[in-house]
This record gives sequence, C-alpha cells and structure tokens, in this order.
Amino acid sequence: MKVLVAAKRVVDYNVNVRVLSDESGVDLNNVKMSVNPFDEIAIEEAVRLKEAGKAEEVIVVSVGSSACQEQIRTALALGADRGILVETEEDVQPLGIAKVLKAIMDKEQPEIVITGKQAIDGDNSQTGQMLAALGGYGQATFASEVELGDGTATVTREIDGGLETITVKLPAVITTDLRLNEPRYASLPNIMKAKKKPVDTYSPADLGVDVTPSITTLKVSPPAERQAGITVETVEELVDKLKNEAKVI
Amino acid sequence: MGILVIADNDNESIKAPTLVTVAAALQIGDNVDVLVAGSGCGAAGEAAAKIGGVNKVLVADNDTYGHDLAENLAALVVELAAGYSHIMTSTTTSGKNFLPRVAALLDVGQISDITAVVSEDTFERPIYAGNAIATVQSSDSVKVITVRGTAFDPVPADGGSAAVENVGSVTDSGVSTWDREQIVERDRPELTAASVIISGGRGMQNGDNFTLLESVADKLGAAVGASRAAVDAGFVPNDMQVGQTGKIVAPELYVAVGISGAIQHLAGMKDSKVIVAINKDEDAPIFQVADYGLVADLFKAVPEMDGLL
Ligand SMILES: Cc1cc2nc3c(=O)[nH]c(=O)nc-3n(C[C@H](O)[C@H](O)[C@H](O)COP(=O)(O)OP(=O)(O)OC[C@H]3O[C@@H](n4cnc5c(N)ncnc54)[C@H](O)[C@@H]3O)c2cc1C
Ligand SMILES: Nc1ncnc2c1ncn2[C@@H]1O[C@H](COP(=O)(O)O)[C@@H](O)[C@H]1O
Repeated sequence: MKVLVAAKRVVDYNVNVRVLSDESGVDLNNVKMSVNPFDEIAIEEAVRLKEAGKAEEVIVVSVGSSACQEQIRTALALGADRGILVETEEDVQPLGIAKVLKAIMDKEQPEIVITGKQAIDGDNSQTGQMLAALGGYGQATFASEVELGDGTATVTREIDGGLETITVKLPAVITTDLRLNEPRYASLPNIMKAKKKPVDTYSPADLGVDVTPSITTLKVSPPAERQAGITVETVEELVDKLKNEAKVI
Repeated sequence: MGILVIADNDNESIKAPTLVTVAAALQIGDNVDVLVAGSGCGAAGEAAAKIGGVNKVLVADNDTYGHDLAENLAALVVELAAGYSHIMTSTTTSGKNFLPRVAALLDVGQISDITAVVSEDTFERPIYAGNAIATVQSSDSVKVITVRGTAFDPVPADGGSAAVENVGSVTDSGVSTWDREQIVERDRPELTAASVIISGGRGMQNGDNFTLLESVADKLGAAVGASRAAVDAGFVPNDMQVGQTGKIVAPELYVAVGISGAIQHLAGMKDSKVIVAINKDEDAPIFQVADYGLVADLFKAVPEMDGLL
C-alpha cells in the first residue's frame, strides 16, 4: 500500500508575521520557513504506518516554488521514500492544490492520502476535504487516532463537542489534528540519506491541471490593536476593577 | 438569487453559531433560506423557522444526515445549490468538514471564516493566526463561505415565521459510517456561547487543579477553557482548547490563568472585550494583550479571587 502525504512550505509557527506597509501581503523576507506543523504530523503518521509494516511506500508532495525542495527534503529525512514537487510561482489556492493532488493520486494510486487539517499561513482548512470530494473518496478530518482495518480506516476525530469515531473505506483522505502523534526529529544520518532519495518535478500543466485562482486578495491589513492594559497589584484590586471599572462581573 | 445557510443543529435545536451566520448572510442579501439536515430533526426545523429574517426553511430529515457525515451532507447541499448565489455555514468542526466538499463539487473556491462582509463578493478574513486580515474578492458563480462565530451580532432566535418545506432527497455515499462519539456533557455554557471564560494553561500543573477554575466559573456563570499545552498534557479534553486550531472565542471577559500567550492561543481569544491574565512571569506575552494583568502565583491568586466573588 502506498501513502501520499502533502507538505506545504509555510512561515515557521514561531514567527510573528508583520503586514507590509503597502498592504500587499505579509513580510516574508528573511523569515524562517518550515513544513506546516500539521503536515509534520501527517508525515509522522505515514512513516509510522510504514514502520508498522502496513505501508510499503510513503510519497511526499509539495506544491509551490522550487524552494519547496527544502520541505520535501525534510520529509524525506523524516522517513518518506520519495518526493514530488509540483512547481509553480502562482499562489495556488486550496481548490487548485486539491486538483493537483487528485492528479497525483490518479498517477500513483495511493490507498491513503494524509494532509494537515489546516495550513497555518492561510488558515483555510479546505484542501483535504476538496481532494476527497474530487475523487469521490471518503474523508476523515481532524484525526487524533487512525487504525487501519481491511480496506478501511477507523478514525477518531476531534470535534467541537469532544471526539467521534468514523470508519471510511479506502482510498480515503485523512487530515491530521494536533494530537494524532508527536513528530520525531530528523537524525543527521537520515538527513544525509535524504539527499539521495528521488524527487520528481512537474508543473501543474504537466499534470493537466489549471490552478488559476478564483479568489483574489485585494489587500492585507494589520488587525485592530488592543489598547495597552494595566498591571494590578492585588487580587482585591483586580476584582474591584472588574466589578466597577470594566463592569463585566 | 437567494442565500442558503446550512444550520448547525443537534436535531432538537439550532446551535448559536447559526444565528451569527444568518446575520452575516443578511448583510449580503435579504433572501435567506436555512437548511436543517438531521435525523429526527423536526424540532430543529421548527426552531429554524423562528429565526429572525429567514425566508424559508428546508428540512432534510433522514438517518443518513444524523451525524453530519461530510459525504452525505455535501451531496445534499450540492443537490439544493441551484438558484443560490451564496452557500454559507458556520466555522464549526462540522462546517469545516463538509463545506469545502460542497465547494469542490461545485468547482468553486471557498472563503473560510469570514469576519466582515464588504460587498456581495468581497469579504474580510483573518490569516496567519489573526496577525493579518485579508480582504478577498471571489469571481466564482457561487460563493461558498464559512462565518466566524464571534464576528457578527447574532440575529434573534425568535420572532420569525418562515415557511417550512421538506426535502425528500436522500444520499448515502456508502464510503463512510459513523461509529460512536464521546461528547463531554457539562453544566456550563458552551465555550463559543459563554460571556465569561476562565482558561487554564500548563501552569495549572494537572487536571485536578482545574477545580480551582471551575469554582470561580460556577460563581461567574462562566465556561472553562484551556491552552493547547493543557490539553496535550491530558489535563482536560480537546473540546476545551482555545486558539488558532481550537475554538475562537470573544466573550465579555476572558481570564487566562497560567497561560503564556503564544500567538496560536492569542488567535483564539484576543477579540475578547476584557482580558485578564494571571501569570507568575511578568514577561509572559499574555500581558501584552491583557487589560488587567496580575503577576502572581495562580495557586494563591485564584483561590483568593474565588473568596472575593
Ligand atoms: C500548529 C500549532 C497550532 C497550535 N494551536 C494552538 C491553539 O489552538 N491553542 C493554544 O493554546 N495553543 C496552540 N498551539 C501551542 C502554542 O504554540 C503554545 O505552545 C501553547 O499555547 C502554550 O500553552 P501554555 O501557555 O499553557 O503553556 P506555556 O507556554 O508553557 O506557559 C505556561 C505559563 O504558565 C505560567 N505559570 C506556571 N506556573 C504558574 C503559577 N504557579 N502561577 C502562575 N503562572 C504560572 C508560566 O509563567 C507560563 O507563562 C499551537 C501550536 C502549533 C505549532
Ligand atoms: N502548497 C501545498 N503543497 C502541499 N500541500 C498543501 C499545500 N497547500 C495545502 N496543502 C495541504 O493541505 C492542508 C490544508 O491546507 P489548507 O486547506 O490550505 O488549510 C495542508 O496542511 C497541507 O497538507
């Protein structure tokens, strides 16, 4: 069985992003870029399936500029077997990414595709679900536990009220939540080995996919600033302020 | 052309975020229909008919819709989509699950988690954990949208008298089945509906210590929330997580106890009206967004606060 995982190159989660003064976007100059944290969890889950003897091959896909090679290499160092870069300078939106992933699914015929539940730059939380729809596959989003059965996956999902468990037929798309696993760190020997693993490069056109976006960003502005607050010295003062100044209790 | 709002419901009632989504829809146009899909959801359908400003309620009552399985729900919505210019639902885990599927089946993009309506095709939405607000315009024939539950004033749950129509169609995709759920029952307001929230972080040290917060919450009629660190450490269940990837809240009062204030946590609570932080580290970033900061050991401060309420 093959497992396909998606890895997006995003601003590292520790970076406090700043909006550019011309409101055209956020400042990405000299900013640390990483694998989207939810995709690290996806890679980890796929690699564990391989280590458990349930998957033969883990393929990682990234869509974006040639710089995404870096994130593919990271995934290879974490245990993925080979990479696919779908190279484009276009700012591809979730529907376009889903179409690209669908084309790769058609090519590679994986039983399971694992994506993150959300990319922490656009905070869209759409791609996995869209991919499942395009292929007519079942989806198990926001997974915190995955168990493979005979041609099925039983997945515990994090939902607003708590947890729910569903079973999806394979092939299926799973999207990861934070508590699915704790990703490992790449060891130096594995980083070296990763350099020799194969990475194929395609353009969206090679895959017959049109990734022209239908949603245009007109501007990006900073959020409303909060007024600076005050420090209170005692609990008594705090309770008094909440009652008499803020009037919220 | 009308707007279709898919209601978040538990078969008996309509959940609060739906009132917010209807409010957002009414800013786009005045012809708003509500779809209530569920199993034995007649009561929820009747409740939807009373929502202020709603034109018509469509009720799809069938076992296949009982647990919001995305494949079935999305197929239903796509079947009903003709004639609607906008298809909207709330940014709940159910909405996030099925609506992108609807968009893909209609071959259009989705605009996630809008916080403002600029015009019928232009919306604001937070990106980068709320560190930036994007204004986006859609050229799609149908706009598929999720709405942030804290961003619009809800319409009244009562006062309307919409017509109710039954939808007969049934789709069972056959690719997924619902097995079971573990829903945490609490005698407190839901996080996303509470006007006061008291949240604990890693500083709480263990789950038992959350009783300190619960005692205060009882007195304030508050909900209890948590940071990711507190959930990951197993102190409390996942449904209590506030943040970029948990629940987005904006109560009148948010009290953060033993929470450092990572960007991802702030993303979920920084639109609260009044923020209080109790932390023993005066340099904790949470103090930068707090209206009232108290540098103190929570194990002294919280019981003392409890005593004063
Ligand atoms: C992709 C991604 C998504 C994430 N999503 C979320 C999310 O949705 N929500 C979220 O919360 N986090 C999220 N995080 C995690 C986030 O980055 C932080 O790690 C987390 O919020 C830290 O939780 P904390 O403040 O409880 O713990 P810490 O950062 O460890 O802070 C504990 C605080 O408690 C204080 N403290 C300790 N003891 C006491 C005491 N006795 N009295 C008073 N104060 C005390 C300390 O001074 C410290 O400030 C996410 C991270 C990633 C990578
Ligand atoms: N450019 C991309 N390249 C590879 N995977 C992506 C890309 N964009 C999104 N994804 C995948 O889709 C998930 C959800 O992204 P989103 O729908 O943008 O929030 C991510 O966690 C990735 O797994």
